[in-house]
Amino acid sequence: MAEVFVLVEHRRGELRDITFEMLSGCRDLAKNLNASITAVLLGKNIDNFVEQLKSWADKILVVEDDKLENFNAEAYQRVLSHLIKERKPILTLIGHTSFGMDLAPALAAELGIPLATDCIGFELQDGRLVAIRQMYGGKVNARISFKTAPYMATIRSAAFKAEEPGLSAEVEKAPSPLTEEITTKRFLEYVEAAVGEVDITQAERIVAVGRGVGDYSDEKVRSIIEELANELGAVIACSRPIVDKGWLPKDRQVGTSGKTVKPKLYLALGISGAFQHVAGMSASETIVAVNKDPKAPIFTVADYGIVDDLFKVVPVLTEKVREAKGGS
Amino acid sequence: MKIVVCVKHVPDTAEADVVITPDKKGIKKEGLAFGINEWDEYAVEEAILMKEKYGGEVVAITIGGKESEDTLRRCLAKGADRAIRIEDPALEGSDAYALAKVLCAVIKGMEYDIIFTGAQAGDDGFGQVGQTLAELLGIPHAALVTKVEPQDGKAKVHRELEGGLEEVLEIQLPAVLAVQTGINEPRYVSIMGIRKAKKKELKVLSLSDIGLSPDEVGEKGSLLTLEELYIPPVEKMAEILTGAPDETATKLAGILDERGLIPK
Repeated sequence: MAEVFVLVEHRRGELRDITFEMLSGCRDLAKNLNASITAVLLGKNIDNFVEQLKSWADKILVVEDDKLENFNAEAYQRVLSHLIKERKPILTLIGHTSFGMDLAPALAAELGIPLATDCIGFELQDGRLVAIRQMYGGKVNARISFKTAPYMATIRSAAFKAEEPGLSAEVEKAPSPLTEEITTKRFLEYVEAAVGEVDITQAERIVAVGRGVGDYSDEKVRSIIEELANELGAVIACSRPIVDKGWLPKDRQVGTSGKTVKPKLYLALGISGAFQHVAGMSASETIVAVNKDPKAPIFTVADYGIVDDLFKVVPVLTEKVREAKGGS
Repeated sequence: MKIVVCVKHVPDTAEADVVITPDKKGIKKEGLAFGINEWDEYAVEEAILMKEKYGGEVVAITIGGKESEDTLRRCLAKGADRAIRIEDPALEGSDAYALAKVLCAVIKGMEYDIIFTGAQAGDDGFGQVGQTLAELLGIPHAALVTKVEPQDGKAKVHRELEGGLEEVLEIQLPAVLAVQTGINEPRYVSIMGIRKAKKKELKVLSLSDIGLSPDEVGEKGSLLTLEELYIPPVEKMAEILTGAPDETATKLAGILDERGLIPK
């Protein structure tokens, strides 16, 4: 029977959500490919992961090696290329995460396998695999076909729901093909982003700013936003471009590479809604977006939207909020 | 230090209306502003910072038509020493793998310590050209790089992980480093820079110049085929408040008040 490989992603002793999303999300596809699902687990001291994964896959293929203790794309690539050459899975799935982005392209190039990155869905067309992925910041979807099998794809975080299928996986241990130390790349340490005085994950109300606010280092711009936040008793957070410019510290960033927040109110000002940002705020109770672009993806996650210049809307909103407070 | 930086000329679609062409293989370029890919802007800055600190040369490379010379001129004006543009009709329909083959063919005969690329492009967002290029050149790579400190034939590199975490690793040079946004503060282009850029070399090469056959690129030389583009179906849409700013802001304040979201 054909096999679908799903690479297990883990970090600092914990399995990452993407692992379960992939194992659950590829079930229909595996069925249509007449394939069973094998979770490929590489690492050191990983017995507890085996237990956690048992109900999620048909088989768990384990390679243990001291050299696999921390993620090293080079070491992972050698082990996976060995396993793929030996077992010839029809499809290999890897997370489109920092880990997968580092690993998958070089692995696919080494093996000469077609790789579609950042996929959000799959179809079979005349027996050939077609991947769905997004382009132009999520404004366009693309159907991309693989020319030859076997296939490789990286999967966007949260593109699939993790629903436990209640399986009972067979566990197979394979010897590590790593004979020597990896010298081209060496893991040194993890560093956490500095923690500031405000913890946005604890906030009940958040006013978040994005590229659309323009120059956030401008006093006038900043005070318009801060006034609204003050009236609402909200904390100010932001999307990536604001941090990239150094206008707000990293610990105010909402999204995959920043924080995940679930406030009662999330007011997004000038944020387009790239999936990396949405992943960090979509669980908020009430989401409001103000953006000039009616096609901005943020409006597909928001509950309420205003399509306008935020600098015209925000001062009036601040005033009305102030009135509402005074009126009670 | 010899540095190569790979850049791409892309449309800015952040606030633009994106229209798919009738053949469903591309988007209409009319009305869109084009410029250097955002990630590449940081890659170029990092390349120039390295040169300023350690000496050497920066070569900027792009694959694209005549219009992408705007992006190369920008790199030259900022401080790159020379530029190379590869153009060939056979390149139409190339996937990321085929483009990496082209870059590999250009770069393999050059001297280099670091090859910088952006971690991804704002148009197709594949995020794989740099890492594929490294594999084809047989050198190590790191993706989503947020800090680079070269030291004795190696570099200490930070990679961005999820949730505000970074990974620090040591990587042997030469290497490909695919740069994440925010790694530095890209400089502005100066008038002086623009003047100097006019005198710098900008070489245009065809496929035969770099020793590739048309079959190795384009649709034939690619492993993926773009079948069609379509506008994503909208599963859920916000209730859009309409009217002048006075009206929409008033409506919104009312909704927030009703929902108990205004602290009193």
